[in-house]
Order: sequence, then structure tokens, then C-alpha cells
Amino acid sequence: MKTFPIGGVHPSENKLSCSKPIEVLPLPEVVNIPLSQHIGAPAVAKVAKGDRVVTGQLIAEAGSFMSANIHSPISGTVTAVDLVANGQGLRQPMITIQREGDEWAEGIDRSTTLVKECALSSQEIIAKIKEAGIVGMGGATFPTHVKLSVPPGKKAEVLIINGVECEPYLTSDHRTMLERGEELVIGVTILMKALDVKKAVIGIENNKPDAIAHLKKIVANYKGIKVQPLMVKYPQGGEKQLIAAITGRQVPPPPALPIDVGAVVCNASTTVAVYEAVQKNKPLIERVVTVTGKGIKEPKNLLTRMGTPISVLLEAAGGLPENAGKVINGGPMMGRAMCNLDSPVTKGCSGITVMSGRDAVRQTATQCIKCAKCVAACPMGLEPYYLSKMTQKKGWEAIEAQMVTSCIECGSCQATCPAYLPLLDWIRLGKQTVMGIIRARAAAAAPKK
Amino acid sequence: MNEVLLYTILTLCVLGVLAAVILYFVAQKFRVEEDPRIDEVEKMLPGANCGGCGFAGCRAMADALVKNDDISSLFCPVGGSNTMNAVATYLGKAAAEKEPQVATVRCGGTCEKRPRTNEYDGAKSCAVASSLYAGETGCAFGCVGFGDCEAACAFDALHIDPATGLPVVDPDKCTACGACVKACPKHIIELRKKWPKNRAVYVSCVSKDKGAVVMKACKAGCIGCGKCAKVCAFGAITVENNLAYIDPQKCKLCRKCVNECPTGAIKLVGMEPLPKEPKAPATPAAPKPAPAAEAPAAKPETPKAAAE
Repeated sequence: MKTFPIGGVHPSENKLSCSKPIEVLPLPEVVNIPLSQHIGAPAVAKVAKGDRVVTGQLIAEAGSFMSANIHSPISGTVTAVDLVANGQGLRQPMITIQREGDEWAEGIDRSTTLVKECALSSQEIIAKIKEAGIVGMGGATFPTHVKLSVPPGKKAEVLIINGVECEPYLTSDHRTMLERGEELVIGVTILMKALDVKKAVIGIENNKPDAIAHLKKIVANYKGIKVQPLMVKYPQGGEKQLIAAITGRQVPPPPALPIDVGAVVCNASTTVAVYEAVQKNKPLIERVVTVTGKGIKEPKNLLTRMGTPISVLLEAAGGLPENAGKVINGGPMMGRAMCNLDSPVTKGCSGITVMSGRDAVRQTATQCIKCAKCVAACPMGLEPYYLSKMTQKKGWEAIEAQMVTSCIECGSCQATCPAYLPLLDWIRLGKQTVMGIIRARAAAAAPKK
Repeated sequence: MNEVLLYTILTLCVLGVLAAVILYFVAQKFRVEEDPRIDEVEKMLPGANCGGCGFAGCRAMADALVKNDDISSLFCPVGGSNTMNAVATYLGKAAAEKEPQVATVRCGGTCEKRPRTNEYDGAKSCAVASSLYAGETGCAFGCVGFGDCEAACAFDALHIDPATGLPVVDPDKCTACGACVKACPKHIIELRKKWPKNRAVYVSCVSKDKGAVVMKACKAGCIGCGKCAKVCAFGAITVENNLAYIDPQKCKLCRKCVNECPTGAIKLVGMEPLPKEPKAPATPAAPKPAPAAEAPAAKPETPKAAAE
């Protein structure tokens, strides 16, 4: 069975909510919509305080090509466009909407009937995806229209659909594949048309045999689409790891992109969103969020409108357990602990994981014993102990030479470290600093041209 | 037997002399001419190699001082004007005049005034913590308290006070090299003018949040009310982005703003604050000596007037 060649770890899966069907969360009373829910320039607000908006209406426009539109997830009145604290306690510009009724913008098809045929051209499909504000919903939030706009001189050969969901606890993609398989596969055909590729592979880890069987049955009726079961290994859901697992090709270090090896990767939930945007004119205003954790009474997969406060989701899953120690936006490996539970669900939020009791506390760090387990675990072939140590010593040139910018922040090194060293904490800082240095260098070089 | 010893010693001696001669000529040939003044200037500099001047160390600074004709842009913050004047006199150049400065920590969010809202569990470093999130309190601008500044200080002048969780600068040890200013990811530390007797008046807050948000997070924060700016007679205080700033160049330490500040965000160091509300009779007492003379025992403020 296929998998990526270097590194990787096997964290406990804990997929507590994998058999829970997707539930629709009741409409929230108030939503906060951050203007920056994606990689790239923040969107520019098109509404002001006091404006009335309806569901699906454009409320913020992409700030540049590398940006994404944002639509109102509910109907009501804009009560503020102001700085609001996000999950990390940092204040970000957000649009606050108070709900009134449930009116929808015109032209959105809310029926569940499947629309299989798509007569649009490649350009029209990409324009529709851009209009709908779709970004990668696996967590990286890379604007999808940018991914689909293949730069001249390069050619996409294969479309890879990421149904791996290697992150422990999370099951939102799993449930989406099971319950919305038909839509997903139509979405794949649309993406294939947009990219003009003849081949698409849906990669699914072997711990989801039901999803593999379900999708295999559906794709039998379509040409060029294949379901590829993969060996279970974290971080297989990483774009580069998935490409390596499926095609055997290795994406060169940054600034190279997957398109340089002829691959385009799209998340399973994103593909369903593409189907809805192109066939049903429905912008990206809701997503499936897994609310899970060992202390959570009823782990659930909730279809949630964007901007819903995370505290509302936790209530819907039975509330925070008494011994809750950490609430993580995302899964335990790559997610970020939050310090503000009133922060909103965004386009990249695939799950809320609550860690309680001993699981929530990090073990005391001791000395590095140079066992090199982190080196063996790194899926990018880096040397985490070195990058971490050199960041502490501010050796920016040294870590730049050691490709710190290739780090995908998967946390495999830290998870495997027997000394419980906070390796990723430091590497992330080093990566940020080096990226800043590279940007500054590019900016200094630019005017000379 | 003796011959062997003799020849060995002789051969080695000859080889040694030969090598010495070769080395002498090589050294002559490849000699690097270096200005002897660089050594002299380096001796005058403090030798801390702190990098406060912008050079890699004192040697590099000495090199620059000797080689540049105009040294007005170079300054050793550790040695201060004394050192720079000595160097300038030695080199026959004009040194830059700079008033002494001291690192000032602009955050008053002690554990008591700024309650914790969460607990940080990652690598104990201000840079790491602040790259991840706002911090352990409700204030996203305040001191993180893991002591990156303390670690950066080469002069043992800065320590985290365990009682308040904030760094405290020892102004006598601080050389204003600026290492802590660079180390602080929240940009809290500023180099400010050093007054005699370490006196200072400054806004001990860098929060750009709106007043209501600051109040909720911290009892000692600047809420941007602007009262201090109104009372300042020297135009030294500006309020921008909900934050007051006292320009150390314009401030005359009159202390009027200190009493005006509703949250106590303006810190006063090395001086007594002005009396809270100057009593109305206290001022007219001086210009009116006559009635005071009539009743000298009536008011405690009058002995001066009575003496006249």
C-alpha cells in the first residue's frame, strides 16, 4: 500500500466522532466574520454598520489576486466593522452581524437535487470559484482560484483530492466523503475540467474503509477518477506528502509549488464547496466542524455557519468538561490552543478538540539526548533538533541554509521527542524570522531592478 | 652514541634557524599594515562587545572610528560622551554629543493589576509566546514576562521581578546599549533620556486598544483619555491610537500629568508627586504678607511670609 517515503509518526487516532452523522447546527444569533480567513491579503469590507445583509450576500471583497471574497453566512444587520479578538486573543478586523430571520440572496439553489452536468468553460468555472470565496478547507486556507490558475508554461497532469484526514480526532472530511460522496465526485469532474486534466486520484487513508468503499462505488461511473487507499501515517494529509504518496514525485523546496511536479491538490470538503459554488451558486458560508475530545459528552460533526462563536459549538456538543485544560482550534497535532472561546469558526476550521486532564498538559522538558528520533520522524527530511537549537542561538543564516522554510509545522518532531522538548515552538519562530529576512531581502533588492 | 645525539641536536638547530629566517622574510613580505591607533582606541572603548554601537564588537567600532573622517554618526552608548570625547581628542576628530539614555520598561501590568486569563504551556520565551498568541492576560500589547530582555542584557542591569512579573531596570548599571529593546517582541522597552538622580516621567503602557478594552484587561493601562495631553504646558504629550506618549526631549518633569492620569499609567520615578489638589489658600498666602503677619500662628504655611 502506498505512503510517503520519509519520516512520519503514528499518533493515536481517537476518531471519536467518525460514526456520527453530520448535524445541522441551529443558526447563530450573532456572527463575527474575520476579514482575513485565508492566506494572502485580507478582504476589504463592502458593508458598514447598520447595513442589512442577506445570507450569501458578498460582504467583503478579495483585496488582491491572492485573497478571497467573504459572504454573509446569515441574514440580519451589520452591527459593527471593528477589531475583535480572535482565538489567539489578537484583535483582528471583523464584521459583526446580528441575525434577523433567514433570508437568502437570489440565485442560490438550496435544493438537494444533484446537478451533474456542467457546461461552463475552464475560465468560467475558476471565475465562479473565485466569486464564491472558496479557500482550502483542510486548514491551510490557500485560495482555490489561485491554485487552479495554472501559471503559463506549467501544466497540471493530475488532480489529487485530499481525503486523508490524518490529523487525530478530526472526522469532518470523513463524514463529508460518506454523506456527500456524489457531490464530491461531481466536484472532482468540475475541477478536472477547470484544470484540463484527464486524471484525478482521491487519496484516502486506510482507516476509513467505509469512505473508500463508498467512493469507489461512485467513481465506477466516472472516467479518469480513481480512489487510492493509503497506508495510515501522519502527516499524509500534507500537500507534499500526499503528492509523494500518490505520484512518487517530490516537490522541490520553496518557492516551488505542487504545480511544478504537475500536481494540484484539493481537500475533500473544498471539492464539495466547489460543487456547490459552480452548480448551485452557493458561496462558502458554512462548513462541517468536528467537535471532539475525550471529555466531550457527545462528540459531533456539525454543519456550521462561518462566524459562529466556538462556545456555541461546544454547548451543542454537551458543553466543556470540568477538567478541560485546552481547547484547540483544529486537531491536537497542528491545531492551535485558543484563549478566547468567543472567537468565530472560520473557513479553515475543521475541528475543535478539547483536551482534558493530563492530556492537556505538556510534560516537563529535559535535555536533548541526541537520539535523532526527530530527524527520523520529520517528513520533510529536516533536522529538527538542530533547527530548534540554532533558533535559540539566533543563527538565522544557519537555519536558512538548513531549509527551515521547508518545515510544514506538522509537529511530528515534537510528538516523537522522548525529552519532551518544545522543538516545533522554536522552529516555528525560526521559520517566521527567516521568512521575514527573506522578504526584507527581496524588498531591498526590488527597487534596484 | 654521543655523535648521534650531537648530530640530531645540530640538525634540528639548523632547521630551526632556517625556518626562522624564512618566516622572517615571509612575515616581511605579507605584512598587514594596521593603524596602531586602532589598538589604542580599542583600549579606550569599554570592551563589552555588546553591539550597542551597531558594530560586531569594540574592535570593529575602533576600526570605524579610526578610518572614518567624520565620526559624528558613531556613538558608543556604553562609554557615553566621556569615552567618545576621549577618543575624539586622541584622534583629533569631533565626537557626537549625545545625552545619556536609559532603558525604560513601558508596561505597568503587574500580576495584581493585569489578571491572568490563561496559562501558557509552550517554550518559555517571549518571542515564541508572542508569535503564537496574545499572551497570558487579556492585554495583547503587554509584557509577556519570560525574560528575553533579561537574557539579552550583557550588563546584569535588567531582571524580572518575580512579584510583579515585569522587568526592572537598574539605571546605574544600564548602559543603553539597546539589546533589550531589540529582544522584546512586544516593543515595550524604550531608550529614554536619563535625567539626573534617575528621575523620570513616562507612560508605562504601549496598548493601542480602545479604552474599554484596556480597562477590562488591565487596571494600569493607558486608556487614551487625553487628560495628560491637555494639562501639559510644554506640548510634550501626544495621544495617538488610544495611547499617550511623552516626548522625553520636550518633557520638563513638571509632573502635572501624573496627577491627571485616571489609571496611574503615567509613572513617576525618583521624585515626589505634586500635592493632589493644591489648596486654594496656599497660593494667595505668599503675595499677601500683611494679613499673614497679623496672624502668624494661624496657618502652618505662613512662616516664610512672616519672615519677610
